[in-house]
Amino acid sequence: MPSLKPLALLLALAGPALAEGLAEPLTAMEGDAGRGRAIIADRSRGLCLLCHSGPFPEERFQGNLAPSLAGVGARMSASELRLRLVDSRRVNPESIMPAYHRAEGLHRVAPALRGRMLLQAQEIEDVLAFLLTLREESP
Amino acid sequence: MRHVLALLLALQCLTAALAQERRSGFDDMARETQAMQREDAANPAMLWVDEGAAIWSRPAGAQGLSCANCHGAAEASMAGIAARYPAWDEGRFTAIDLAGRIAQCREQRQHAPALARESEGLLALAAFIGLQSRAMPLAPPADGRLQATRAWGEALYRQRRGQLDLSCAQCHDDNAGRRLAGSTIPQAHPTAYPLYRLEWQGLGSLQRRLRGCMSGVRAEPFAYGAAEMIAIEAWLAQRAAGMAVETPGVRP
Ligand code: HEC
Ligand code: HEC
Repeated sequence: MPSLKPLALLLALAGPALAEGLAEPLTAMEGDAGRGRAIIADRSRGLCLLCHSGPFPEERFQGNLAPSLAGVGARMSASELRLRLVDSRRVNPESIMPAYHRAEGLHRVAPALRGRMLLQAQEIEDVLAFLLTLREESP
Repeated sequence: MRHVLALLLALQCLTAALAQERRSGFDDMARETQAMQREDAANPAMLWVDEGAAIWSRPAGAQGLSCANCHGAAEASMAGIAARYPAWDEGRFTAIDLAGRIAQCREQRQHAPALARESEGLLALAAFIGLQSRAMPLAPPADGRLQATRAWGEALYRQRRGQLDLSCAQCHDDNAGRRLAGSTIPQAHPTAYPLYRLEWQGLGSLQRRLRGCMSGVRAEPFAYGAAEMIAIEAWLAQRAAGMAVETPGVRP
């Protein structure tokens, strides 16, 4: 019996969600990279550039709390990226990146936003479509 | 060779220690903003200090008492006071912050019309009293009865909140010095309040700042004067113990 313990641990660590991410698109409609880019750059919708930098030459103030988004489409698969966006805590429980498509398990959310997700399913797919176009690391 | 290694190691330890040193938000400001705080003549917060000095000696209430009638010259009686708040309120058996104490004196001892949180009058008095502690080290009282309040404040500081699900500690402990878009994240020391914020174009309290951070993560902010606010203030004061009071400060 004790020999099963490490196996169970291994399975828990490398569960299917972590290994492959979320393979199923959240919507039937394909993501639109143009709309995705706009969401990322929008400081009240995507908020991504608060923490990340990336190839957005027109955006002057970009954060440095997180890795650059440049080249992320080459580093990660669509499934991995989708899981990251939906709920980064499922990859790294300590992550400071907000879960963009989860409304449960939050505390003291502003009343007007309770039960609302940061991004809707189609917006996640749009952002994802744009991230997949980012194939070059920053120089 | 061994000496070089030892030296490198020592240097590494030193830089690590320096990196963890406590810094006021002042240290991360642009030079022009620092100059505004450094020179009283350029510091807009001094207008509130002047108003506070006037209120200090102005009679109010049914008996026509002023603060000065009871406390005398603030330069003597209020020296070091702001550096010790939040403190223990013997009357209500709970922690109280400086703004709360001023408002309490005003109503219960001066019998004058109440001063609301964040009103110009209360901010002015808090800035004037705070100035009497300028350059003194923050000295939270050793009073053991404040321990539970501080522990609660620390727990609130470490709790994730809001739609962005972030705690104060994740920004101000784990990521201080990094850039959140255009702003350098400060270590969140409460040394300069109330202060003039260019963004507010006015004077504001520490609690106004905290409400800003809470709204920033899309959380419901605690109300002005709430026990939670005072607990967070008590924790921040403990965390910054020994740092110099800057009141009245300036921030971007
Ligand atoms: C509050 C900070 C924060 C915000 C806002 C944020 N992220 Fe992140 N993100 C991080 C951090 C930190 C990481 C590094 C991994 C970790 O700690 O989870 C990360 C990792 C990632 C990764 C994986 C990158 C890699 O190289 O491993 C992607 C992709 C990503 N974020 C995309 C986004 C997008 C798109 C948005 C906006 C819709 C966004 N992030 C918003 C903090 C943030
Ligand atoms: C997402 C990041 C983030 C979170 C979470 C956050 N803050 Fe802040 N905080 C900031 C930034 C950035 C500033 C500086 C603002 C500026 O200059 O515009 C700041 C400023 C402050 C200051 C002012 C420091 C000074 O020098 O005047 C205090 C105090 C503070 N925060 C406390 C808190 C507390 C307490 C919490 C939790 C209730 C909190 N913050 C949550 C980012 C954050």
